[in-house]
Amino acid sequence: MRLRHTATLITIAGLALAGCSTPAGSDEPTGGGTVTVYSGRSEELVGPLLDQFSDATGIEVEARYGDTAEMANLILTEGENSPADVFFAQDAGALGAVAERGLLATLPSELLGQVDERFRSPAGEWVGVSGRARVVVYNTDALTEDDLPDSIFGFTDPEWSGRIGWAPTNGSFQAFVTALRVIEGEDRAREWLEGIEANDPSVYEGNNPALDAVIAGEVDVAFINHYYLMQRLVEDPDATAANYFLTDGDPGALVNVAGAGVLSTAENDVTALELVEYLLSADAQEYFATETKEYPLIEGVEPDAELPPLEEIGTPEIDLSDLSDLEGTLELLQEVGIL
Amino acid sequence: MAIPAPLDAARIRSGTRTPAPPPWLVGAGVLVALLGLVPIAYLVILAASSEDAASLVLRDRTLGVLLRTLLLAGTVTTASVLIGVPVAWLTTRSDLPGRRWWTILTLLPLVIPSYVGGYAVVAALGPRGALQSLLEPFGVARLPELYGFPGAALALTLFSFPYVVLSVRGALLRLDPAFEEVSRSLGRGPWRTFLSATLPQLRPAITGGALLVALYSLSDFGAVSLLQFDSFTRAIYVQYRGSFDPTLAAVLALILVACTAGVLLAESRLRGRARYHRSGGGAARRPGVIRLGGWRWPALAFFAVVVGLAVVLPVGTILFWMARGIGLGEPLTQVWGATLNSMLASGLAAVLAVIASIPVAVLAVRHRGLIGSMVERASYAGFALPGIVIGLALVFVAARYLPGLYQTLPLLLVAYLVRFVPEAVGVTRASLLQVSPRIEEVARTLGRPPGGVLREVTLPIIRPGLVAAGALVFLTAMKELPTTILLAPTGFDTLAVRIWSATSEGFFARAAPPALLMVLVAAVSLWFVLRQERER
Repeated sequence: MRLRHTATLITIAGLALAGCSTPAGSDEPTGGGTVTVYSGRSEELVGPLLDQFSDATGIEVEARYGDTAEMANLILTEGENSPADVFFAQDAGALGAVAERGLLATLPSELLGQVDERFRSPAGEWVGVSGRARVVVYNTDALTEDDLPDSIFGFTDPEWSGRIGWAPTNGSFQAFVTALRVIEGEDRAREWLEGIEANDPSVYEGNNPALDAVIAGEVDVAFINHYYLMQRLVEDPDATAANYFLTDGDPGALVNVAGAGVLSTAENDVTALELVEYLLSADAQEYFATETKEYPLIEGVEPDAELPPLEEIGTPEIDLSDLSDLEGTLELLQEVGIL
Repeated sequence: MAIPAPLDAARIRSGTRTPAPPPWLVGAGVLVALLGLVPIAYLVILAASSEDAASLVLRDRTLGVLLRTLLLAGTVTTASVLIGVPVAWLTTRSDLPGRRWWTILTLLPLVIPSYVGGYAVVAALGPRGALQSLLEPFGVARLPELYGFPGAALALTLFSFPYVVLSVRGALLRLDPAFEEVSRSLGRGPWRTFLSATLPQLRPAITGGALLVALYSLSDFGAVSLLQFDSFTRAIYVQYRGSFDPTLAAVLALILVACTAGVLLAESRLRGRARYHRSGGGAARRPGVIRLGGWRWPALAFFAVVVGLAVVLPVGTILFWMARGIGLGEPLTQVWGATLNSMLASGLAAVLAVIASIPVAVLAVRHRGLIGSMVERASYAGFALPGIVIGLALVFVAARYLPGLYQTLPLLLVAYLVRFVPEAVGVTRASLLQVSPRIEEVARTLGRPPGGVLREVTLPIIRPGLVAAGALVFLTAMKELPTTILLAPTGFDTLAVRIWSATSEGFFARAAPPALLMVLVAAVSLWFVLRQERER
């Protein structure tokens, strides 16, 4: 009995040591080399995918996980000294900010060509690997889809007073506001923000708290990304909420991307490129479709059956790289008094 | 019974004869202080390059946010003192049943990450939370508004009042009972004795704990943003996240540094310059236990409410996540590696922070000169800054000038030191104040060099204080997130990182095992610390 305990303890200790004994920068010969990734997407979401990549190629992945904006700030602060080879980000704005400082290398055109040009940088510095649609998530006890307006501007009507939740500090939300400015012009964007603000919206810290509030009935609708609810339904199948996709090129139907770029200072530029290529492979695209419930961006891989196809959403005609004017958006949000 | 000099006499300034500190002590203190100043130097460099700094700073809204944040910090600090002092007194001096358990339970909130605590508060007390649905049958349609100031104040108080408990209980344990005995022998009742003899002696410990609460409230991001309070730190995060322009964030962060300076000044005023050790002969005994009698029931009810909100609520929320996950067939995540990493990094940080706090505290208490107070204040510089600011400052320095050290465990520990030395300084300082310099002088006259006196006389006496300081750093370092994400060796996973990574994507079931383990590790280490205290 005692012996068994000791054995268990030793096993646990051994497992634990194995788990934490991969020192950074160890250059053991692993055949395929290594690649260092700064991932603005969490380990929960993309860790298994990076493991798949290692298994398939023999390339060891050293991943640093954090919030996308934090990782972008990290790379900007490190500058030329960044140990990162690949930046894997949750939104195009962060990739744009890093590219703007000349820290991303140009990707080969064969790679870029796999993705619709709306979903990559025109200068070829980053490429989208999965799509994320803006949606209106609504409480199904309080509303049916028929109660919802056709345009995001419909929510400025006073009938929505006290019923809206949003997350103005969130990157995806700010990207949407930038799109609104680009598509509809500065004045209309301000009009929309002021209209929503007049309806006394509840302010949440991020997409998940906003979703929680919709499910709990604190608010009737919230503006978030499509996959949060799908994720939630796995853990909480009875959640009383549904996604509403705006259509016809409405700015509220913006499809943003998670994407990747190779750093211009990358030491492992070859393996870095291999990783970005892998993210656009059928295997990885399948992973995005089934595991993270995002839209695959290459031909031949279908999104989750519950999602309307990308073409149907009719995402507004906009270059995602036009979304790099974040400062203008921040200023507008501050002027209107939202931030 | 040794009769101590009356307290009022003891409070007359005694700082006429402060010997010059030995150079090694000054050197060590200055080194610790410089560490605290690294982030500020970085901020000044950045802010100097910003052109529209003035327009940003002078915006009405910025000032409004700043004032509201200061009001929040003041409220949280007051509430924490009102909860923390009775908790500390009841668990050290009274015959409250289950004192040791209550002690552990009232210190545990320190380890609960504010984003988990914030979630729990919203889930339970929010407009459509658990409490509301319990009360709905009784006609309660809507609870009083939680979001905004009240919720932020509640959440921050629940998760930072233990700073006061830890600081004050250390002082109570070392308190010389003679003052109270004199007061009782002069016919004062227990209440008046507490107010006139005990409380004044606790002043440095209370202000020390309150200082940490105030600065922590200024720096917190997780709880305030979940509770929809627009705080100054949130404004800093908005700059980082929204514009990727660190210069504007730097300007805002410097304002926070200025607030820290203000809070430090207020604290040193409140703290006073009195002496808190006995001036007569003889040694302090352990104080006696005070019987609560019928008061035990209200006392227990008080503990039940505090622990219910600050521990049972968040832990219950975590258990709920876990149960729901298991019900749906989610596998429990393996987090042994992260657990070991957390314990390793926080344990080393605790030891180093305590060591670093010693020269600072000795300089501040025994050699009250310009250097002493400068060193002490500089060491606090980093505590009110949001973690991301400290993290990026060290990234800036290390990525450029210390490439060999960058993204290694030692550099992570340096970051933890910048962040957590103030906690250790506060507690170490308060315990050093209770040691009479005469004891040290006696050792000196017996031929010991200053270093020997420190090692063989002073440190053994204040050992319980040092252990408490270490425990404080250990618990708070374990939940540290931003600097860990930015500076840990690549692939170095901690429990806090795992919890955050899961909750940020809404995988609450996966966040449960690391969160529970963190609480468990904290509880077990507190149990060991307290056991040691009793065996002393």
